Amino acid sequence: MRRTITAGAVTCLALAALTACGGGGDGKAKAPSGALDGRGPITFVTGKDRSGNLQKQIDGWNSAHPKEQVRVVELPDEPNDQRQQMIQNAQTKSDAYGVLNLDVVWTAEFAANRWLTPLPKDQIDLSKMLPATVTTGEYREKLYAVPSTSDAGMLYYRKDLLDKAGISAAPKTYAEMWADCDKVKALPEGKGVDCYFTEVNKTESLTISAVEAVAAQGGSLLDASGKPAVNTPQVKAGIQFLADARKDHMPKEAVTLDTEGGRRYFQGGKLLFQRQWPYQYALAGKSDGSSKVAGKFAVAPLPGPNGPGVANLGGHNLAISAFAKNKATAFDFIKYLTGEQAQRANLLATSQAPTVASLYDDPALAKQFPYLPVLKQAITTAKPRPVVVKYGDVTAAIQGSVYDAVNGRTSVDQAVTDLQGKLTTLTAAQ
Amino acid sequence: MSTVSRSAAVRTARKPRPSGGRRGERRMAALLLSPTLLVLALVVGYPVLAGLRESLYARGNGLDADGFVVQGDKFVGLDNYTSIFHGDRADAFWNAFTNTTFFTVTTVALETVIGVGMALIMHQAFRGRAVVRASILVPWAIPTAISGLLWRWIFQADGAANAVLGHQVLWTADGFAAKIAVVIAEVWKTSPFIGLLVLAGLQMVPREVHEAAKVDGASALQRFGYVTLPLIKPALLVAVLFRMLDVLRMFDLPAVLVGVNQKSVETLTMLAWFEATNLRYGSAAAYATILFGYIALIAYLFVKLLGADIIGEARRSAKGAKR
Repeated sequence: MRRTITAGAVTCLALAALTACGGGGDGKAKAPSGALDGRGPITFVTGKDRSGNLQKQIDGWNSAHPKEQVRVVELPDEPNDQRQQMIQNAQTKSDAYGVLNLDVVWTAEFAANRWLTPLPKDQIDLSKMLPATVTTGEYREKLYAVPSTSDAGMLYYRKDLLDKAGISAAPKTYAEMWADCDKVKALPEGKGVDCYFTEVNKTESLTISAVEAVAAQGGSLLDASGKPAVNTPQVKAGIQFLADARKDHMPKEAVTLDTEGGRRYFQGGKLLFQRQWPYQYALAGKSDGSSKVAGKFAVAPLPGPNGPGVANLGGHNLAISAFAKNKATAFDFIKYLTGEQAQRANLLATSQAPTVASLYDDPALAKQFPYLPVLKQAITTAKPRPVVVKYGDVTAAIQGSVYDAVNGRTSVDQAVTDLQGKLTTLTAAQ
Repeated sequence: MSTVSRSAAVRTARKPRPSGGRRGERRMAALLLSPTLLVLALVVGYPVLAGLRESLYARGNGLDADGFVVQGDKFVGLDNYTSIFHGDRADAFWNAFTNTTFFTVTTVALETVIGVGMALIMHQAFRGRAVVRASILVPWAIPTAISGLLWRWIFQADGAANAVLGHQVLWTADGFAAKIAVVIAEVWKTSPFIGLLVLAGLQMVPREVHEAAKVDGASALQRFGYVTLPLIKPALLVAVLFRMLDVLRMFDLPAVLVGVNQKSVETLTMLAWFEATNLRYGSAAAYATILFGYIALIAYLFVKLLGADIIGEARRSAKGAKR
């Protein structure tokens, strides 16, 4: 008796480890209809919008389409949580989610699992959009999502310090950048200012830094056919650049700084050059005392080994869930939100980078957002992150290997060999 | 469960009945228990069995010629389990296993010492005792994710921890310092739990025992070692057991404080979480089942070796009532 009681109690107490792990897909696919038909109310599933602009745009649509109302379904802030909820919805084949606001790196996974409705390219005008952004919505040459916002890294630099050091233009190459650092360090104002920062903490940001560094060398982690090609001189040179930069030119705490940490560091006036997203421009320019570098910085394209570097593409695309109702309405709504007018309003309200090319050349907008020409160039020449179905595994593998190499725990040669092996397994099924 | 059946049986036995007989008694007990058992089967039994079943299946992840995932679950037997112990995944597993065990041993040991200390302080009668008690319990009242964020802020490169130390330690980067950071935050948060349970134990210790020991000339240390400790042992062991089971499942604190996918703080639940995030539910269930087995083993050994009598009180009182 005693033994059974004890064992029973032990089992009950240990159960909590298991109970969270039920669930899963049932595997039986209800063939979703591919045609874009049906009109009526739909939902728009997206992360939180703090600007209030989204609701304004939805209200605009709703008043013009009283019979095709759009309701916003807000998901958590964390991109990973958003992805989780969208996947759960797709696995239960629920029609609760209509139009999905997808991160650019999710397209392949969602499309390959048949969670998205293919979109007819001939029924939407994509020619006005920057071609690089349109590619992020495609999987195997078919269109699944329409780019609504874009994003790309730029080089923020302290113009005041460069001016003092007698440097007239932002550096175009790594060598120029390091030379500029030395000149600024020699100034009395350059004391306590670190040279350079790009994110090297072990998160998605590290994948982005690695892809940028490798692309700048003319390389790519996957070859044209989607097979891993990590063990190349270009990839090695890219990772070596990150390792050397971390060791010699970045602040000591670089590995602990995330995107916001980097922003605070730059705004604290402790950084000369920084690779960062456009959102920092407005915040670092605030003259309410939160930024010590307001009016003292400017942006330029990222530098590379022998000329301009290559940025990585961020941003969001709009897609229609394969299990949604009223797909014709959903498609019209996507056209409305990605149209030039909506994107202009969105840029003005949220300063998110648009995907419509003409907005970058608008003089009124360029006056308000002086970085637009630099950003346009960055997006035009930008390279995407690896397009793979198992993106979550691939990015984790990249982060693991690159992090070890960047921190000098393994040699760069060892890291690329490891990574090649891991990526080969992960993409074997493709 | 069985305890309940005993006391229920006792209760029914007490009822004045002309000729109950053991069989009727048992039937009554089963009847009274059936709602409980049904609920347990639904909320505990089914998920466990579903998890076990899930761990024997794998979701299709091959791609067809058009690049679509081939749908459908496939029965794979024990493949989900064996693949955990092969190649890269074996390294990741043993790393997580070591981390989990390391956190369990270090945090529970520290918490026990600090928790008992806290209980002794809370037990003293002094002015402002209520304030001290309340303030000791504050960390336990803060949700783990929030305390993770608080500690992340303390441990950031230009944070309070480094300012106090006067030395720059990169606590939140993947590395040994991250382990220490997690241990500190966990101990801070959960010591009050042990303190609370031990305090309850202390309040059960009769004052006369202490007075008798004092009269016999026992020093404070002797009184603690030979009187207090043995008397609070049952409460302490239960507290330690609960903490062990809890910390073996640790997820949120390292995930918020340092991050996911960080080798130095990755625990077994984080591995299961990673698999589930990447749609390999079978594999995630396999990790969870292994962790379940590990927790059950540790708990069983703990109970066997140290004789933590979780439900002994009830059994003794049941026996007493029968006599």
